[in-house]
Amino acid sequence: MNLINHETVVKRMKSRLSKNSISKWIFFALTMFVLLILGILLFRIFSQGFGYLDLQFLQSLPSRKPENAGVYAALIGTIWLMAVVAPVSLLLGVGTAIYLEEYAKDNVITNFIKVNISNLAGVPSIVFGLLGLTVFVRALAFGTSVLAAGLTMSLLVLPVIIVAAQEAIRAVPNQLREASFGLGATKWQTIVRIVLPAAIPGILTGGILALSRAIGETAPLVVLGMPLFLAFLPKTLLDSITVLPLQIYNWTGRPQVEFHALAAAGIIVLLVMLIIMNSIAVLIRNKFQKRY
Amino acid sequence: MVKCASHLVIGMKGVFKLATQNTNSFSVQKMIQEKKKKKSAGGITEKIMPYILFLTAAVSVLTTIGIVLTLIFETFLFFDAVSIKEFFTAKVWYPFSETNGSFGILPLVMGTLKVTVIAAIVAVPIGLASAIYLSEYATDSARRIIKPILEVLAGIPTIVYGFFALTFVTPILRDIIPSLEIFNALSPGIVIGIMITPMIASLSEDAMTSVPNSMREGALALGATKFEVAIKVVLPAAISGIVASIVLGISRAIGETMIVAVAGGSTPNLEWDITGSIQTMTAYIVQVSQGDVGYGTTIYYSIYAVGMTLFVFTLVMNLLAQYITRRFREEY
Amino acid sequence: METSTAAAKVVNPQEKKIVYKTSDLDLWYGDNQALKKINLDIMENEVTAIIGPSGCGKSTYIKTLNRMIELVPGVRTSGEILYRGKNILDKSYQVEELRTKVGMVFQKPNPFPKSIYENVAYGPKIHGIRDKKILDQIVEKSLRGAAIWDEVKDRLNQNAYGLSGGQQQRLCIARCLAIEPDVILMDEPTSALDPISTLKVEELVQELKKEFSIIIVTHNMQQAARISKKTAFFLNGEVVEFSETNKIFSTPADKRTEDYITGRFG
Repeated sequence: MNLINHETVVKRMKSRLSKNSISKWIFFALTMFVLLILGILLFRIFSQGFGYLDLQFLQSLPSRKPENAGVYAALIGTIWLMAVVAPVSLLLGVGTAIYLEEYAKDNVITNFIKVNISNLAGVPSIVFGLLGLTVFVRALAFGTSVLAAGLTMSLLVLPVIIVAAQEAIRAVPNQLREASFGLGATKWQTIVRIVLPAAIPGILTGGILALSRAIGETAPLVVLGMPLFLAFLPKTLLDSITVLPLQIYNWTGRPQVEFHALAAAGIIVLLVMLIIMNSIAVLIRNKFQKRY
Repeated sequence: MVKCASHLVIGMKGVFKLATQNTNSFSVQKMIQEKKKKKSAGGITEKIMPYILFLTAAVSVLTTIGIVLTLIFETFLFFDAVSIKEFFTAKVWYPFSETNGSFGILPLVMGTLKVTVIAAIVAVPIGLASAIYLSEYATDSARRIIKPILEVLAGIPTIVYGFFALTFVTPILRDIIPSLEIFNALSPGIVIGIMITPMIASLSEDAMTSVPNSMREGALALGATKFEVAIKVVLPAAISGIVASIVLGISRAIGETMIVAVAGGSTPNLEWDITGSIQTMTAYIVQVSQGDVGYGTTIYYSIYAVGMTLFVFTLVMNLLAQYITRRFREEY
Repeated sequence: METSTAAAKVVNPQEKKIVYKTSDLDLWYGDNQALKKINLDIMENEVTAIIGPSGCGKSTYIKTLNRMIELVPGVRTSGEILYRGKNILDKSYQVEELRTKVGMVFQKPNPFPKSIYENVAYGPKIHGIRDKKILDQIVEKSLRGAAIWDEVKDRLNQNAYGLSGGQQQRLCIARCLAIEPDVILMDEPTSALDPISTLKVEELVQELKKEFSIIIVTHNMQQAARISKKTAFFLNGEVVEFSETNKIFSTPADKRTEDYITGRFG
């Protein structure tokens, strides 16, 4: 007695197979659609902004006349912002990662810190803006300065650096720590001389990615009250700055098409910066890929 | 072979003796002891470092506490001027009136909701399709090309997406739907969807690739097609990771600011219509921050009340995602 | 067990000093007892081998001798281990000091991802020796002592990962020699090496015992027979037998030792 009728199985096989190949193409097409959108986005922005992209654009302060306007102030501002965010976030992030990976005991407090970090990563960036506005701009009276902006951004990207540094430190094989302890090295000596040097590529890669997130963020800086339009350059940490995303936002918000083209040109500058930073990160990652 | 080795031993012996004789003039252990006596400062570093590092770790906790306290305090000040009942039930958000402003958050929530739903409608199918394609169908080389491109998409600053929404997507949509206003919910919704697609795709793909191959092989050996394996074996096995990725994506959409600030408009309303101008919670905060609203006014405090609402929304989503991954973690 | 220790004493009159005196050592991983009432006297300037099947506690024991075992969470001990007369299990005994005197060579070669020179200079440097000339001398002496100097003298600044497995292990021995330890612990130092490299390391051990006390864990009984003066046989966390190596391998006192060395289990 046959429980399975092989004829019907064979008959149905055809429709199953066609379903299979159709769905494969659907999955493929939708994936390609995403890539297509990226292509369109880049093409649009480059074709729109390329006309304005020249040395004069890079060297000019913003202006009410589109043909005279440039991103110089925003570019310098972005560099100032990086100069604050990089050391602060690296110091805090790597310190936290070392604590969690090398020192922390498996207890309630440690667990709380870990849960807290993963939740912090999910807090909308604009909420960090509200924190910065209350704490840095008002309570500590830093005003709408590089310092206030940099500290706010440092907190925002902190989870990214912590997670990257944790992974990098965890990837250092325990045998190396054992070898160092076996020679009578203390824990801190082992961390500074063995663990960190071995983890540095991973930490740097994560740091660069975090930094590229910081220079692309707009919302928290708007909330801090950073100027969208600034015709002078900062001289101290307490001076105001504008940065590329704010400048782009400012130009995007204007009705004239010329300003939209300026915004596109500004975006090109921003994207080029991000591409350079990401390439460096990839280079570091490839150069130092797992040697133990 | 043995002979050769013994030869080596003799050679080694000579060298070793020579070396010990040459350098017998000092003893490393003695030097170590002396150095140790001289500087006991190393011991102090050793003792304080854990505390210093703990302090850096505490900064992340302090950040969370700072966010929560900031939001709570300023929101309380807001509720001095506006009743909680009005905030949650009034149907109009119109804070900019000198005399009788209205502070009902519902229209802002509605704006956020519309954008988020549109984003999810775009991102979930495309994200899942990409995830299935990458984990089940794509060749290694295709994966090596596509995944970095998705990463690039995820790394594009949101202001760029906002610009794209306003200057490209909206005009195209207006050619298709003539009644679409310049500022609307549809265009930023679609673009946010595109923005969160890479996130959903890569997290879901991670969940799917961690489904062991033995499960796929089991089904394939019974004559199942790849599609059947993907839908009936892999998808159910990875479902918790997939759902979590969708929840996280939606949380990102709720908190997204610049795209809606640029392309969504600034007219909070309670209508279901997606072709007209809207305002989301985030866009409202941006609008107030940009204007010259005086410190200490009700409007100033209102951004914290809105921020608090936003924070609670996203926190719930994030906790939900964590709960799903933990509660329904697959054990293979 | 009592008798075998006594026998050892008769054969070897007390001219040499005891480096390690272990009395009633118990060790637990959580609730799991890994070492039970260990009593062992280890003499200076000779090679003591520890043999036994996997999981018998031999690695655990050797790691207790420089307290590396503390890196495993949830480890508890009782009893005492006297090193040169002082109880190292006492919390007030500083581990760094102990490990400065007691070097260790690990199962898998584990050079640091640094240059050959830096690998050897690491120990002296962390202990505060910074004089370049002295460091140069220490590095050369240690590399000669580990019989690897001739192979690496022209590439001291190259990364240690460029060396072969056997060379890496001898580099690790050199690294250990650089702080002129009193005792060298070797935890299956040749288990990851090819036969020729193994031979070189064994010959090296024969050289080193003139200056250092060496304790070596091995799962290779021939190795123990070739290089050690005394051998301890561990089984299920206990010392079954401890005596002169040639006695253990020719006329074992315990039936279980005989079973093990004749290959009936393990």
